[in-house]
Amino acid sequence: METLNKLELSSSPHVHSKWSTKKVMWFVVLSLIPPLISGVIFFGIYQLLIVLVCVLFAAGTEAIIKKIRRKKITIDDGSAVITGLLLGLILPPNFSLSAAALGSIFSIAIGKELFGGLGYNIFNPALIGRAFLQAAFPVAMTTWSKPNFSVDTISSATPLAAYKFDRVLTKLEPMIIGNISGSIGETSAIAILAGGIFLIAVGIVNWRIPLSMITGMILFSGIFWIIDPIKYPNPLFHIFAGGFLLGAFYMATDWVTSPVTSKGMWIFGFCISLIIVVIRIFGGLPEGVMYAILIMNAFVPLINRLTVPKIFGEQSRSKQ
Amino acid sequence: MPIQIITIYDITESKRINGINYASLSILLNEISMLLLNNKKTFKGGVHPKAYKELTENLPFEIMPAPKQVIIPLSQHTGKPARPLIKKGNEVKTGELIAEQNGFISSNIHSSVTGKVIKIGQAVNSTGLLRESIFIETYETEEFIKLPPLNIEKVSSEEIILRVKEAGIVGLGGAAFPTHVKLSPPPDKKIDYVILNGCECEPYLTRDYRLMLERTDDVISGLRLIMKAVNVNKGIIGIEDNKIEAIQKLEKAVSNFPEISVIALKTKYPQGAEKMLIKAATKREVPPGKLPFDVGCIIQNIGTAVSIYDAVTNGEPQITAALTVSGKGIYQPKNLIVKVGTPLMDVLNFCGGIKEDAVKIIVGGPMMGFAQYDLSVPITKATSGILVLTKEEAFNFDETNCLRCGKCVEVCPLNLIPTRLARLTQFERYDDAKKLGITVCMECGTCTFNCPANIPLVQWIRLGKQKVVSLT
Repeated sequence: METLNKLELSSSPHVHSKWSTKKVMWFVVLSLIPPLISGVIFFGIYQLLIVLVCVLFAAGTEAIIKKIRRKKITIDDGSAVITGLLLGLILPPNFSLSAAALGSIFSIAIGKELFGGLGYNIFNPALIGRAFLQAAFPVAMTTWSKPNFSVDTISSATPLAAYKFDRVLTKLEPMIIGNISGSIGETSAIAILAGGIFLIAVGIVNWRIPLSMITGMILFSGIFWIIDPIKYPNPLFHIFAGGFLLGAFYMATDWVTSPVTSKGMWIFGFCISLIIVVIRIFGGLPEGVMYAILIMNAFVPLINRLTVPKIFGEQSRSKQ
Repeated sequence: MPIQIITIYDITESKRINGINYASLSILLNEISMLLLNNKKTFKGGVHPKAYKELTENLPFEIMPAPKQVIIPLSQHTGKPARPLIKKGNEVKTGELIAEQNGFISSNIHSSVTGKVIKIGQAVNSTGLLRESIFIETYETEEFIKLPPLNIEKVSSEEIILRVKEAGIVGLGGAAFPTHVKLSPPPDKKIDYVILNGCECEPYLTRDYRLMLERTDDVISGLRLIMKAVNVNKGIIGIEDNKIEAIQKLEKAVSNFPEISVIALKTKYPQGAEKMLIKAATKREVPPGKLPFDVGCIIQNIGTAVSIYDAVTNGEPQITAALTVSGKGIYQPKNLIVKVGTPLMDVLNFCGGIKEDAVKIIVGGPMMGFAQYDLSVPITKATSGILVLTKEEAFNFDETNCLRCGKCVEVCPLNLIPTRLARLTQFERYDDAKKLGITVCMECGTCTFNCPANIPLVQWIRLGKQKVVSLT
């Protein structure tokens, strides 16, 4: 009867899948290693320091705020580490360490903890941090280093800026490999796809968001390209240029700030791509992934509300 | 709709001409064709919990001897408790009617042992509630009382239903709904199919699987009796495709009965839920608040079919429960035939006892069963399993905030939004929860199983459902 006293009582179900928040977060961290490596390869070992500073300040900020709010310190769940990593990867190479630290603090303090912490934030914290840095350090944020194996001897402009301001269309191969100017982790399509496909394969990232963004991008930029193939770049260029892939696989797919319904995910992805195309083609900035995702983040509650799925066996919702 | 049904029949028809390895190959081909035709025999959503069927799937049923004392609850079924016919001090024989059906939705109860009634009083049942029960002390020698056997070929529809009612048969799928009621659908409903549920999608449980293997022909005879009772000429046996041996055996056995087909369904929890099974087998969807017969189907469990067969041909009332005792916390996992009313403790001792590292004892499956705190809880007619889980199996961790990942929405077989229903319940916004279909939830637990934040979603929804029902 001794065993009886230690029997656990709870309501069903009594078994659980092996995925916990913590495990998921550390898997995401793992998946960010390929883009990090590509950043180090193309822009030098100093980039590792930037990312490290971002991670440390993100985790530290979270710990301090939790301490002040007298909550349990939850750095071990890995979410602050992800925010730090992502922020580091979307900063320009050789960025100032102190500014990076500031951005990281802003990401966590304003982007996440101010809303109530993990699960309550409306906007992607890493993108909030980057938006803050973009406003605070506009010059530093658009000063790009040439990649280590650059064939272009004159320009260090990103492919998008080169196209927008100089009508120079970068070749596809360097963009796929990552041998172009751009943020630390966003240049190499191969590295991002490796991590992104891993996340889809283990079931962390829902494939609907990257797929809807990519098809949306092909569709919307394709329309312009068909209208005038000389004035507007082709859809493949749009996909591989700038932060599109990193955004599609890592930013837009952030669980907290994306819709929960499958229909909602499609709408979310399409709208992001539409906004990106509008900004890239008509806006003053060469790149629009960050703002597109942040704008759509704000619409997520509305999208969730409008895409409530039809209950099994229900004819139509109006008949209720 | 009819065209799709024909395709299902064509495929099962072709599977019947099978060799030894053909079944698995045909399942594969079936899967591919279903994918291409977008006609896969399953439902949307669902999860894949670790099955642990290997613990007991190769163990034949053992018959457990009668315990010293049985506790027979008067309410082992959905509906009104039965009315006791005996008093303290009476002597009863095995199979004797000791409590009779009380109202339309109720069921007869027979003594499972020969012995003396020592008490009629309250006893804890497997849901943790106190229920009126008959306590019987067992004698050493057993005397049987049986109903007169009927001729299986000549028996009429009315005779079958009457026999099912007399024998006190209840559905063994979980809810223990009195079977004779289920076999008497309203006359205005046209029934097209009788579907036997051989999915057994709950992890660990192997009762239905063993019944399909050991009593193959009786399962089919039972199905034919049900079909006769409700006057339907199409029978389907739905089995998850991980039970290849059972599929093969049943396919061979139904080869003489063209009106019955065996269908392999995708292995996925909760494939055995009524609505999911109907969807997978016939592509029909039971609307919210409706019952299977509203879409022309009657679902019966494999175990129920065997009970009906026993009641008709042998005149045996439902006084035993076939069940699986499993889990890593029990020394000897077994498939057992147990007398109704046997206390859990006796069954566990018969299986070698509980290990030191056991943390949870469950009656039923791990997804929908009930955790126990009192081992005097009796086995009832519909008990499908007793599980003794160790810490490792009853894996658990601290709850974190909702990450709005949508994993619960993705897997909900009924297309609900568990995370929002749970939150609305927390905020006591029952009207909104009702609008979003909280009462439709069948509490399968898929959402909680899949939640990375380990939020007790289905538990909240269960509470919300009760509130919504009590408020309306």
